[in-house]
Amino acid sequence: MSALSVVYALLFYAATVVLIGGLTYKIWQYAKTPAPLKIPTTPAPVTRGGVVMRLAREVVLFESLFKATKWTWIFGWMFHLALLLAFFRHLRYAISPDNPLWPLVSLPVVQTFGKYGGYAMLIGLLGLLGRRVFVDRVRYISAPSDYLMLLMLLGIAGTGMLMTFVSHTDIVALKAFVLGLVRFDWQALPSSPLLVVHLSLVALLMLIFPFSKLLHAPGIFFSPTRNQVDNPRERRHLAPWAAQLETESK
Amino acid sequence: MADFEVPEVTEYPVVPLVKEGAMAHSQPFVAKGEFQQPLGFPGELVDNWKEIAIDKMGELKGKYRSLQVFLDSCVKCGACTDKCHYYLGTADPKNMPVARQDLFRKVYRRYYTFAGKYFPKLVGAEDLTESVLDDWWSYFHQCSECRRCSVYCPYGIDTAEISMAAREVMDSVGKGQKYCNEIIGKVYKIGNNLGLPEAALKDTLEGLEEEVKDDTGLDIKYPCDEKGAEVLLVTPSADFFAEPHVDGLIGYGKVFHQAGISWTTSSYASEAANFGLFIGSYENMRRVSMRIREAALDLGVKRIVFGECGHAWRVAYSFLNTLAGPFDFLDPNYPVPQHVCEFTYDLMQKGALKFDKSANDHRVMTYHDSCNVARASRMGSWPGGQFDIPRALIRAICNNYYDMPPDTIREGTFCCGGGGGLLTDDLMELRVKGSLPRMQALKRVVEDHGVTHLAAICAICKSQFSKIMPYYGFEMDQIISVHQLVGDALVLGTEQ
Ligand code: SF4
Ligand code: SF4
Repeated sequence: MSALSVVYALLFYAATVVLIGGLTYKIWQYAKTPAPLKIPTTPAPVTRGGVVMRLAREVVLFESLFKATKWTWIFGWMFHLALLLAFFRHLRYAISPDNPLWPLVSLPVVQTFGKYGGYAMLIGLLGLLGRRVFVDRVRYISAPSDYLMLLMLLGIAGTGMLMTFVSHTDIVALKAFVLGLVRFDWQALPSSPLLVVHLSLVALLMLIFPFSKLLHAPGIFFSPTRNQVDNPRERRHLAPWAAQLETESK
Repeated sequence: MADFEVPEVTEYPVVPLVKEGAMAHSQPFVAKGEFQQPLGFPGELVDNWKEIAIDKMGELKGKYRSLQVFLDSCVKCGACTDKCHYYLGTADPKNMPVARQDLFRKVYRRYYTFAGKYFPKLVGAEDLTESVLDDWWSYFHQCSECRRCSVYCPYGIDTAEISMAAREVMDSVGKGQKYCNEIIGKVYKIGNNLGLPEAALKDTLEGLEEEVKDDTGLDIKYPCDEKGAEVLLVTPSADFFAEPHVDGLIGYGKVFHQAGISWTTSSYASEAANFGLFIGSYENMRRVSMRIREAALDLGVKRIVFGECGHAWRVAYSFLNTLAGPFDFLDPNYPVPQHVCEFTYDLMQKGALKFDKSANDHRVMTYHDSCNVARASRMGSWPGGQFDIPRALIRAICNNYYDMPPDTIREGTFCCGGGGGLLTDDLMELRVKGSLPRMQALKRVVEDHGVTHLAAICAICKSQFSKIMPYYGFEMDQIISVHQLVGDALVLGTEQ
C-alpha cells in the first residue's frame, strides 16, 4: 500500500474526529446556554407543533430567505438540494449492499439525479459567488474566507463532475478504500490526481466545519427567534441565572 | 431647516449604493457619571476597559443563547443588507444589519474562536481597539432594535440582540448613552421617564378631567392611585403630557367610562416604557418591571392594562411575566397584561361600545405597525393578532382606511426611525434619514388614496413622527393615536 493511501486514511480519521468532536462540542454549548427571554420573531407559532413546522419550512424551503431575496434563495436552495443528493449518491461508496440503507441509495432518482445534480450545484455556487463579487453590499461584507469557502465547494463539485463525466476513476477500488476505512481494514487508494484533490478538499471541509460559518447548520435549530413558542403570558420563562437574581433580591 | 441633507423621496424605493463612512460622525452623548452609577455601571471609561469588555462579551454569550448562536451562524449571504431603514436612509454600509453585527463579531472571533485567534485576516477577525470602540459607539446607536432584519435572515439572526449586547458591554466599561441611562434613572427616582412627580401627575389628570367635561359634559374620571380599582393602567408618561399622546389617554378614559370598569393609574409605576430593554440590561429591565408588580399589589387591582407604547408592549407581553411574575394575584380570566387595544377590541366584540363612525369622516386613515408590537409581541389569541386587532378597531370607527404598501407593514413594517433609545436630539440626522422608508410608504397612500392621517400605538413613534414629518413636507399633527380615533367616535352616555 502506498504512503499516499496511509496519509489519506489517517487524514480521514482525523477529519472525522474533528468534525464529530467539534460539532458535538458546539451543539452541547448551544444547548447548555440558557435563553433567558422569549424572543421569537412574531408572528410566531403558539404551539410546539407549530414551531416544528416553522423550523421545517425554514430548513427545507428556506422560507425567510425566500421572503428576503429571490436570487440568493434560488442559488442557495439549488446548491443545498444538490448537496443533499450528492450526499446520498456518495453513500454507496461507504455502505455495502447488505446495509439496510442500500435500497434507498441505489434508487435511480438518487443515482441519476445525483449525477446531474452536479450541474445544479455548480450553477448554485457560481450564482452565490457572482452575488458576492458583483453586488456591492455583499462584496462589502465578504471576508477572504467567504470567497475561499465557495471556491472550495466549487473545487469539490468540479473535481467530482470531472470524474463522473470526463475522466472516470476506479470506483470499485475507491469503494474498497472507503469500506476499508469504515472496517478498519485499510485498502489502497486508487491513484487518480482528480480523486486526490477531491478527497483533500472534502477532508478540509470536514475539518473547518466546526470552526466556521458552516455552523449555521446546527445553529438554525437553536435560533431562539425561530424555535420558541409564543406563549410568554401563559408561562414564565426563567433562566437559572435569572432565577438567582430573584432569590438574591428578596 | 437642517444642517444635513434630507433624503429625497423617490417615486419607488431604491436600494442605495454603499457610501462608506457616510454616518461615522453620528454619535449620541455619553452619560455623565452620576447617571451611570444608579444603574450599576462605572461612571466613566475604566482604564482596563479592553479586558473588561472582552470578559463581559464572554459572560454575555454564556448567558444568552441568542448571542452565541447568532455570532456563529451568519453565512454572509447578504439577505439582510437592504432591510434596515438606516441603511436605506443613509447608505452607510455599517448600517447593513450584517455589517453592524460584524463590528461585534470580529472581536468575538478574535478572542473566542480558533479561526480568529490563528487566522484573523482570513476570517475578518480584529483586535478590540479604540477605533473599534468608536465604531461600536457610533453604529450600535444607529440601530433601533426593530428586528426587521431578523424576519429575513435565514437563521433568524436578530441584530437587535447584538446591539443590546454591545450596549451592555459598553455600559459595563463606563461608556453609557446619556439619553437612555438618564431616563432609567428618572424612573428609579421619580417613577417615569419624564420625571413627572406625583403632585404634577395628579394635577395633570385633574386638568384632563375638566377639559373632557367641557368637551362632553360628562364626568369622566382620570384617576391616580385609587385603591381597589379593577384595572391598573400603565401607560407611557408621554400620554400625560404631550400631543398627540394625550388624546390617546383621553380615549382610554372614555372607553373605561363607557364600559363602566373602574381603573386607575399609579404614581409609583407611572411609566410603561422600559429603557432597560434598549440597553440590553436584564437587571435594569427587571427593576423597572418590578415597580409595576408592586403597584398592582399595592393598589389591589385585578387586571393590568398597558397603554399605547411599542417597546413597552414588548417588555409587557413577552417579558413581564418572566421578569416580575407570577401574577397569580390577578383575575385569571384575563391575560396578564392586556394591551389597551385588546381591551377595547374585546368590549367592542361584546357589543359594549357604540361608535359613530362619521365622527372620523374628516380623516382618511392609514396605520403604522410599530416594530416592537409587530415583530416582538402579540395581541389576542392568534398569531398576527397584533396586526389584525388595531386594524379591526380603526375600521370599526373610521369609514376611510387604506394600508400602506404590503412590504412596509405588518411583519415587514419599517421603524419610525426613532426607536431603540435613539429618540434624542443628538441623533436628529439619523432619525430623519432613518424614517425615509416609512415616509416613502406614507407618501404612496397620500398620493393614491388621499390619506390625511397616520395612526400609531407607540409613544416613541408618535413623538418621532411629529418631529420628523415636517422634514418630508407633512404636518406634525398628521400623526394620531388609535385611541384618539376611538375616543372621537365613541358614543358616550346612556342611550335615550
Ligand atoms: S434591528 Fe432594525 S435597526 Fe437594527 S439592524 Fe436590524 S433592521 Fe436595522
Ligand atoms: S441574512 Fe442572516 S446570515 Fe445572511 S448576512 Fe444577514 S445576518 Fe448573515
